Amino acid sequence: MSQTNKTQGPVKRSEVSKLRWTWEEMKNNKTAYFMVAPFLLLFIIFTVLPVFLSIILSLTDFNMLQFPNFVGIDNYMRLFMDDEIFILACQNTLIFASVTGPVSYILALLVAWFINELPPKIRAVVTLVFYAPSISGSAYLVWKTLFASDSYGWANAVLMKYGFINSPILWFSDAQYVMGLCIVVALWTSLGTAFLSFIAGLQTIDRSMYEAAAVDGIKNRWQELWYITLPTMRPQLMFGAVLAITNSFGFGGVVTALCGFPSVDYAAHTIMHHLSDYGGSRYEIGYSSAIAVILFVIMFASNIVIKKALSKVGE
Amino acid sequence: MAQKLRTRGHKVVLNRSKGGDLGITIMLTLLGLFMFIPMYYVVIQAFKPLDELFMFPPRFYVVNPTIDNFVDLFTLMGDSWVPFSRYIFNTVFITICGTLGNLIFASMAAYSLAKLRFPGRKLIFQVIVMSLMFHSTVNQVTHFIILSSFGWIDTYLSIIIPSLASTMGLYLMKQFMESSVPNTVLESARLDGASEFRTYLTIAMPMVKPAWLTLMVECFKNLWNEGASVYIHSEELKTFNYAIGQILSGGIARSGAGAASTVLMMMVPILVFVFNQSQIVETMGSSGMKD
Repeated sequence: MSQTNKTQGPVKRSEVSKLRWTWEEMKNNKTAYFMVAPFLLLFIIFTVLPVFLSIILSLTDFNMLQFPNFVGIDNYMRLFMDDEIFILACQNTLIFASVTGPVSYILALLVAWFINELPPKIRAVVTLVFYAPSISGSAYLVWKTLFASDSYGWANAVLMKYGFINSPILWFSDAQYVMGLCIVVALWTSLGTAFLSFIAGLQTIDRSMYEAAAVDGIKNRWQELWYITLPTMRPQLMFGAVLAITNSFGFGGVVTALCGFPSVDYAAHTIMHHLSDYGGSRYEIGYSSAIAVILFVIMFASNIVIKKALSKVGE
Repeated sequence: MAQKLRTRGHKVVLNRSKGGDLGITIMLTLLGLFMFIPMYYVVIQAFKPLDELFMFPPRFYVVNPTIDNFVDLFTLMGDSWVPFSRYIFNTVFITICGTLGNLIFASMAAYSLAKLRFPGRKLIFQVIVMSLMFHSTVNQVTHFIILSSFGWIDTYLSIIIPSLASTMGLYLMKQFMESSVPNTVLESARLDGASEFRTYLTIAMPMVKPAWLTLMVECFKNLWNEGASVYIHSEELKTFNYAIGQILSGGIARSGAGAASTVLMMMVPILVFVFNQSQIVETMGSSGMKD
C-alpha cells in the first residue's frame, strides 16, 4: 500500500496522513474493489493460498490422516540426501526444460517472423497449421502411433524397410529414446499463446521504422531483426518468455500419456511426476509439498534470469 | 533513399535478398511439414478401414476411405454404462458455466485494474502476473486439499469454480482495455452521470469484443480438454474427454473408433479458433509485458 502512495501522492506526507489518505482513496473507490473482489477472492483461494499452504505443509509430515507434526527442514534433507530418484528427476527436468523452453521460444519467434510478410489470408492458414497442435487436446497421442513399438509404427516400418534395423525399436519403452521423443512431442505442442502474441506483435510494428533504418545503414534482415524488430516487440518477448518457462516445466502430463508412469528406468521422470507420485498416490503431503516448493523456486529463478537476459536484446 | 529500396507488388521491400527469401521458405516448409504431418495422420487414420490401419508399411493415404470408424464410435457410445449423452452434457455444462463465469469475473476485474485508480491495484496485478509464471499443476496437491475442505470433490463445482479465476483471460483483457479503451470516453460517460458499473458494462465492454472472444476461446479450450479424472470419481459426472480416453484405451479392436473420437475431439477447439482467429490475434497485439 505504501508504495502505491509514493507514486500517487502529489506531495510527501507524514506517516499518519499517508494512512488517512490511503483510507480516503479506498473509500472513494469502493466500486473498484467490488468489481475486483469476486475474481480476487477465488484467485486467492485457488492460486495464492495453495502456494502458501505448500510452503507451510512442506515443514510438516502431513499425510491426510493424522494431525501434522512440525518437522523443520527434514523433508528437504530427505529430498536431497536420500532420494536418488528425486535427483534424477531434477536432472531430467532441467534437461527437458532447458531444451523445450528455449527451442519452443525461438521456434515460435522465428516462425512468426517468417510468416509476417506473407499475404494476410495465407498467413492465417499457416498460423493455423503451426498453432493447431497446441489446442488439439490429446491429438499428440498420434506420435505413439507413428513411433509404435511394433512394425505398424511408421518410424519402425521405414527403418526396417531400408534395412537400418532388423527388429522394431521399442521407442517409448527404451530409456535411450524416451527423453528425446518426449522433447520432440512437447515441441510439437508448444506453439501456443506465445506464438500468437509474437505474430500480433510483429504486425503492430510500424513499417516506416524499417524504411528509416534502411537509410541509416541497416544492411540485412538479420540486423533489422536485432536492432529494430526485437527491441520494438520486447513486451511480447517478455510475455512469451514467461509462458515458455511455465510450459517447459508443465509437460508432465504429455510425458505420462506417452511413456506411462513410471517411465522406463525413470528416464523421463520429472519433478512434476515425483510430485504427483508422492502427493497423489502415496499421500505423503508434507514431502510432496517440499517438492512443489522446490519447483516454485526453480520457476521463479528462471523467470528472473530470463528477464535480465531479455533486457539486453538489441544492445 | 529510393535507389536502395526494391519493391514487391505495391509495397516497399527492404533489405531482402533472394537467397534469404529462399532459405526462409525452405525452413518454413520443413517446420510446417513437421507440424502438419502428424495432424494429417490423425485425420487420415480416422477414415481408414481396419485392414488399412494395420498394414505394413503404414500408409499416409487411404485407399478405401470409410466412415465405419465414426459409426463404430457411436455404437460404442450407445453401449457405455452411463449414457454417452451424459458425458457430453457434463463437458458442455462445465464448459459453458466456466467460460461465462470467467468472462464476467475476469472482465469486471480487468476493467477495475485497467481503468480505475485505487490503492493496491498495482500489487494485485503484479501477483496475477506472477501466477502466470508457474504451471498450475505445481499446486495440484494443495489445490486438492482446499477443494476437499469445501466438500467439492466429486461435484461439478471442483472444476467450474477454480476456472472462474483463471488468470490468462484476465491478463489479456486488462492489457487490451488499457490500450484500446480511451479514458476520455469513460470520463464523458461518468460526467453524464453513469455509475462506474454502468460505464464498464455499456461503454468499455462493447469496445473490447475481441478480448472477450479471446478470453472465451482460451477458457473453452482448457475446459473442453478437461479430463476431470482427479477431482471427480462418479462415472455419471465425468467428461467427454475422459470417456474418449476410455475408448482409446480399449485396445486394438477399438483403434478405428479411437481415431474417429480423437478427430471429433480436436475439431471443436480448432473450428472455434478458426472462426475467431482475427479477433484473437488483435487481442494478442496488446499482450506484451511492460518492464
